[in-house]
Amino acid sequence: MKERSVLIVGGGPAGLAAAVAAYDAGVRDVLIVERDSRVGGILKQCIHPGFGLHRFGCELTGPEYAERYAEEVRRRGIEVMTETFVTGVTPERVVTLQSREGIEEIRAGAVVLAMGCRERPRGALNIPGTRPAGIYTAGTAQRLINVEGYLPGRRVVILGSGDIGLITARRMTLEGAKVLAVCELLPYSGGLARNIEQCLNDFDIPLLLSHTVTEIHGRERLTGVTVSKVDENRRPIPGTERYFECDTLLLSVGLIPENELTEKLGLPLDRRTGGAAVDTDRQTAIPGVFACGNVLHVHDLVDYVSGEAELAGKAAAAYVKGELGGEEKLAVTAGAGIRYTVPQRVRRGETAEVYFRFCDVSRKVEVYAEADGTPLVSKKLLRAAPGEMQKLKVPVPADSANLTIKMRPQA
Amino acid sequence: MYDILIIGGGVVGSLCAEAFSGYGASVRVLEAQSDVAMGASGANSGIVHAGFDAKPGSLKARFNVEGACLMPALCARLGVKYVNNGSLVVGFPGDEGAIRALYERGKENGVAPLEILDAARLRELEPNVSPEATVALYAPSAGIVCPYSLTVAALGVAMDNGVKLSLDFRVDRIEDRGDCYRVFSGERFFDGRYLVNCAGLYADEVAAMAGDNSVKITPRSGEYLLLDRRCGKTVSRTVFVAPTKMGKGILVSPTADGNLILGPTSLDIEDKEDKRTTGEGLARVLDGAKRSVPGVPSAVITSFTGLRAVGNTGDFIIKKSAPRMLTFAGIESPGLTSAPALAGYAEKTLCDEGILAEKKQDAVSFRRPARFMAELSAAEKDAWIKKDPAYGRIVCRCEEVTEGEIRDALRENPVPRTLDGIKRRVRAGMGRCQGGFCSPVVMRMISDELGIPFSDVTKRGPGSPLTFGKTKGEDR
Ligand SMILES: Cc1cc2nc3c(=O)[nH]c(=O)nc-3n(C[C@H](O)[C@H](O)[C@H](O)COP(=O)(O)OP(=O)(O)OC[C@H]3O[C@@H](n4cnc5c(N)ncnc54)[C@H](O)[C@@H]3O)c2cc1C
Ligand SMILES: Cc1cc2nc3c(=O)[nH]c(=O)nc-3n(C[C@H](O)[C@H](O)[C@H](O)COP(=O)(O)OP(=O)(O)OC[C@H]3O[C@@H](n4cnc5c(N)ncnc54)[C@H](O)[C@@H]3O)c2cc1C
Repeated sequence: MKERSVLIVGGGPAGLAAAVAAYDAGVRDVLIVERDSRVGGILKQCIHPGFGLHRFGCELTGPEYAERYAEEVRRRGIEVMTETFVTGVTPERVVTLQSREGIEEIRAGAVVLAMGCRERPRGALNIPGTRPAGIYTAGTAQRLINVEGYLPGRRVVILGSGDIGLITARRMTLEGAKVLAVCELLPYSGGLARNIEQCLNDFDIPLLLSHTVTEIHGRERLTGVTVSKVDENRRPIPGTERYFECDTLLLSVGLIPENELTEKLGLPLDRRTGGAAVDTDRQTAIPGVFACGNVLHVHDLVDYVSGEAELAGKAAAAYVKGELGGEEKLAVTAGAGIRYTVPQRVRRGETAEVYFRFCDVSRKVEVYAEADGTPLVSKKLLRAAPGEMQKLKVPVPADSANLTIKMRPQA
Repeated sequence: MYDILIIGGGVVGSLCAEAFSGYGASVRVLEAQSDVAMGASGANSGIVHAGFDAKPGSLKARFNVEGACLMPALCARLGVKYVNNGSLVVGFPGDEGAIRALYERGKENGVAPLEILDAARLRELEPNVSPEATVALYAPSAGIVCPYSLTVAALGVAMDNGVKLSLDFRVDRIEDRGDCYRVFSGERFFDGRYLVNCAGLYADEVAAMAGDNSVKITPRSGEYLLLDRRCGKTVSRTVFVAPTKMGKGILVSPTADGNLILGPTSLDIEDKEDKRTTGEGLARVLDGAKRSVPGVPSAVITSFTGLRAVGNTGDFIIKKSAPRMLTFAGIESPGLTSAPALAGYAEKTLCDEGILAEKKQDAVSFRRPARFMAELSAAEKDAWIKKDPAYGRIVCRCEEVTEGEIRDALRENPVPRTLDGIKRRVRAGMGRCQGGFCSPVVMRMISDELGIPFSDVTKRGPGSPLTFGKTKGEDR
């Protein structure tokens, strides 16, 4: 059986950065396996600017950002297999690949899972009504436009106001479609303020907060949607229905980490992140199996994906060289106001960067880490929003029994 | 001139076509929609009922029991998934009588084996069934089948044997010309010596076109939730609840493809085309499912509605609507289960009437499953890929469907022309992301393989375009 020291599943930004980091940590036989014909992951279809502000200090388009990493991979001569699908990974790290060449098994010293995520479809929302053509996820619409060069719709309603929804609204408008509204279930948009400005306001596209699509109309092609206002429990308010005549509904209602392989490995998924639970090194509960990027938890900015992937790649190299400590880790609890943390386990006696998301939108809050009831560090924020991932540097005491990240209003 | 024209490409029409195709007769199937299995046969529970439900002595009882016996071998031959998973009707305190009555009825219908389980045995078989359930009727012979695969495969074999298919042919007039019937759709027509009416919801209207006004069909809708494959093992048998005055209740069952299905509701409606799902209906499905399986997960990947063709006799209606026209009407549940036996009945009738005579020597009767790669061992997969690299490229990531399988489907009878047609044949786009990734690729393959422009590829036929021409190309 063929062997590789570090095998990386997925050639998106996470996989590419992990490979570079593993190589730079001294492992030479790194292999990236990517099912698509090119590396770059989801960035290949994000041809808008807005990538790399944190990492490179300038605004790049998705493909440009991906290209920077692809170039690093090429320069190091790292092996990449494209059009190759990883169909299985065992806890013993035997990886099964399927491609036009056949089925192949490779034994890996360490495996880095970097499969990214997929979009949540209509079914998951359970919107009642008919089942016509004309309902797409934002990503499918992007692929139809960018890859095939065809317009998926002319009169469009978009559900979901995260960055993907906002950017899609602008894109559809630029391609000549009329975007009637962007509806958002929550009382606020999860997208960046600059995207609301540049993608909606500049084109006079209304943003309907606390609204959702409550019925789909049209037998063959979509003919319209009913939109209703929702109450604070996100339930539609009778009597607030509005009908929008449209031929297309684009959904941008969340991403789900693509964890088939993780589940095949027998790793339980963290219900809140949708990904495996990891420690500071992004190592899962199975030694030698690491995870990073959107497969671990959905990131808003690719810059953070790259950072996280570097941790995973470096640790995978250390694992292969026998340099990664196997000591017992301390579990991190997401306390009041905090939806989840990554990592979910940290090393004692070391400063850990803990990423987290808030449960709700609020103003003037203080986030703090607490070990055994004693506050360790805190950070004040003017605005807390679930849409923006945050991080806290936590000096973890050598002897603590528990660690919690919490939020409270500023004093 | 055809010997036989079959009206309707559902499971009944398709299995009739398959049965007739073993003879020398010329046969054409006329289907109103852009593909087969677009009616009830494309949207139902997929249960091969054991046969304890139907009234003893009814046509439903007879054909159900007979069809259930034929189903396993038929599916094996046609390369269709059938799983003999068994079924349970669970009862709560007070339901003992109802369960006993079903048991007696089953015995009378000739269903064997049947067993009444106590709470402990029930829990042992299905740990996720409600702790409040105290009794159950167990029918080990029940099964599950993929209904649209069965329809497609049956018609496929029929076509391989020379049966012709006209799609987008909605029969709207029938003219008796003495030696034959002339069957019209607008200006288009075909002549046939014998007609078999399998038009589902419209079997009454088609019968009326030939002068038979005795049949009346009412649509009754049934809404469903389909759950992620991850939940497919919540129960291993089909779980019904004991019927009450309120109706038959919601079933929870694995599907032949490994998902979990919940449903159906039951509501009489007026419009035979109204396949909407409703908020109330879907809520009722979930509540009903929780009654028998309280921990039923909520990982819904899609919801849909199927329409039952309820006849005016309370039973299947099988009759001669005209001297040379056989009508199957009111083929509601257990119609899927019964379909192989109904086709057998049609075959015998047409033999008796001299329409079907000598058997063909070289008739095809086997078919390879359309989606097969994912089921193979690594070595078997490797062998297929070495023969043809297209079997190595996975297009639908959720269901692991390869380019080779999709391409084969596009070259196989009955050739799909729509995105939904590909879905029904190979499951590309039927997984948890519902085609988010693979739709554009499949559309491209349909366009290339059939030689039609990309923007002419539809979801399910005329009126359901997927794109509107080229983009303006700005910032590309
Ligand atoms: C529409 C959209 C717009 C966005 N806009 C912005 C933005 O403006 N700014 C910003 O900073 N970020 C943006 N993002 C976020 C950013 O693109 C993602 O966070 C980042 O791409 C995630 O990287 P990843 O490597 O984890 O996943 P992906 O990019 O999804 O890469 C995963 C890779 O793994 C491969 N793969 C998966 N499974 C297998 C398998 N079994 N075998 C082989 N290969 C496999 C996939 O083909 C893919 O190439 C956007 C994301 C989307 C979807
Ligand atoms: C909600 C629900 C649940 C069910 N569950 C089960 C179950 O678990 N087990 C079971 O055994 N049975 C079940 N059934 C019953 C089963 O689905 C049907 O009995 C079976 O599919 C009927 O097949 P068919 O070919 O008669 O009708 P259909 O599949 O409806 O086919 C009729 C075809 O005729 C075509 N047609 C109509 N009018 C014309 C025209 N004028 N010209 C040309 N073509 C025309 C239609 O387009 C359609 O394709 C269920 C049914 C429903 C609705």
